[in-house]
Amino acid sequence: MKIAHRKSLIVNRVLLTAIAYCLLFTAGYAQGTPSTELINNAKTYDGKTVIYEGEVIGDVMARGDFAWVNLNDGKNAIGIWMDKGSSAAITYEGNYKAKGDLLQVTGIFHRSCPEHGGDLDIHAQKVLKIGEGKPRPERFNTAKAGFAAILLGALCLVLILRLLANR
Amino acid sequence: MFAPLVLGLIFREINPCLDFLIAIEIALILGLLLTKLCFTQNDLNWMQGMLVISLSWLAAMALGAIPLYLSGHYQSFLDSCFETMSGFTTTGLTLVQDLDHLSYTHNLWRHLGPFMGGQGIAIVALSFFVKGTSGAFKLYVGEARDERLLPNVVNTARFIWLISIVYLILGTLCLGMVGLSIGLKAPNAFFHGACIFMAGFDTAGFAPQSQNILYYHSLAFEVVVMVIMLFGTLNFNLHYHLWSGNRKEIAKNIETRTLFISIMLTFFIVAIGLNQLGVYPKALVLFRKGFFQLISGHTTTGYMTVYAQQFINEWGSLALVALICAMGLGGCACSTAGGIKMLRIGIALKALREDIKRIIVPERAVVAQKMHHLKDMFLEDKQVRSALLITLSYLVIYILGALIGTFYGYPFLNSLFESTSAAANVGLSCGITDTGMPVVLKLTYMFQMWAGRLEFMSVFTLMGFFYAAIKGKK
Repeated sequence: MKIAHRKSLIVNRVLLTAIAYCLLFTAGYAQGTPSTELINNAKTYDGKTVIYEGEVIGDVMARGDFAWVNLNDGKNAIGIWMDKGSSAAITYEGNYKAKGDLLQVTGIFHRSCPEHGGDLDIHAQKVLKIGEGKPRPERFNTAKAGFAAILLGALCLVLILRLLANR
Repeated sequence: MFAPLVLGLIFREINPCLDFLIAIEIALILGLLLTKLCFTQNDLNWMQGMLVISLSWLAAMALGAIPLYLSGHYQSFLDSCFETMSGFTTTGLTLVQDLDHLSYTHNLWRHLGPFMGGQGIAIVALSFFVKGTSGAFKLYVGEARDERLLPNVVNTARFIWLISIVYLILGTLCLGMVGLSIGLKAPNAFFHGACIFMAGFDTAGFAPQSQNILYYHSLAFEVVVMVIMLFGTLNFNLHYHLWSGNRKEIAKNIETRTLFISIMLTFFIVAIGLNQLGVYPKALVLFRKGFFQLISGHTTTGYMTVYAQQFINEWGSLALVALICAMGLGGCACSTAGGIKMLRIGIALKALREDIKRIIVPERAVVAQKMHHLKDMFLEDKQVRSALLITLSYLVIYILGALIGTFYGYPFLNSLFESTSAAANVGLSCGITDTGMPVVLKLTYMFQMWAGRLEFMSVFTLMGFFYAAIKGKK
């Protein structure tokens, strides 16, 4: 009786450990994988389906029925190869005057994509907009303007003194 | 600084315009005070010429860093000084944060730095502000240029600017058209074109986006960039001969021959290294990635189509060593390229050949080694001595930088890679250059960039001057 109980305990533990490992393994992929993790462990992720999140930066570059969209997760930017339809949903591209849309991409990660000249990229299978970008209006920096005005005064003073000295 | 200011007004970037207004005002005030306090009508002697050059580069670095620091994209003023030193010396190592949101105004300034520094800051002054030629040659030599294209050094400086501006227009148009064809918006295509040209022709390696050239995902763009890098690494004398219709000079010149052989040899080793580890799945892909990085390193540009970490994680030691050698050897003399330079390598190899010949032939035989650099000439001991002295200085500075990096806990190969990249004014990075790296290492790389760009003599003179001043006081 005791032996049978021990056996079932061991089986249960093994099963639980296996399930825990599976959950851990899939969780790594299910949540957005950071760019640093992907780049530093490119061999591990090569050819696997990953989820990557980031802000659209720069231009959306249309190439036939597809487009290149570069997504920056705050550390690095990675090129995403997606169909034109998915890229059409992008409203804001990140630059000085705008915060780009936040996308979540599920796709195949390539350490060295044979289709794209060896680039490290992700071929998107599913693209989800998880955050809307917005314009970043400039607030006139009064401190800088004041400092510039003081310096202008100093410059005029130096110029006048030089003119007087030359006379 | 007026050009970024004008661009800022066009794009209505108000705060960046204020950054440049402040920097211009500080520069003008300091300039006016210095021209009053340090005014002299005496001609410069050699030591003064060298001192003026080494100090003016430091002053340009500090003043150029002001608008970048005010942008808020740099962690400290030291980081923005690092950026301007890297730009003016045409290196390309960067400490900018969140580059993808940097304004057009600041981005243009980052790329104008290499364009001015590449031609030489003193050359800017010689071209536009110097009326006579007295003392001008000393300034010209102080910026590591000892060859004149035209008899008059001021005309030489102006010709260098003419070449650069004509190429700038052509290069921007070419890159702009490619940019449009790969999906960039029109203003970005031409803005990126101008920036990439300035940093490519002047072998700097800055780019307007954080992914560098990888951002464009385009073979056509990479090919044009490679041509620009190769043009930039050529001796301005060769450009002059090209312009004069003397194309044979390119094939005969010792520098172009050495450069060709060196590129082939180092690429061969890179290819073996990458193939051994199976880094790239196809031969064509290996060629595209390997050759681009190699050309970028050898021309001392520093453009990348891989991530910095990939060099260390994937490329392997053999390919990395070959790339380090290519970076250390550098481009042609009297160009914007850094490193030991092909002319010196050519001279050293000719001298070695001459010495071997001397051993082989009978003692009575007269051995003379000929070479062709713009004209046929016999190799002289003076040339060999000078070439070997500078070569030795570069090797010492590469190793010293690597040792300092190793002291701070980075592996030796990584440290040697980054150190060579800084001292040879390349700009390729294996990931050490980062805002979080130790301050001493930042200062080391800044010193290496400065000394490497000025080819040591001006820097040694400045150090000697301070040593003599301290000794005199004692």
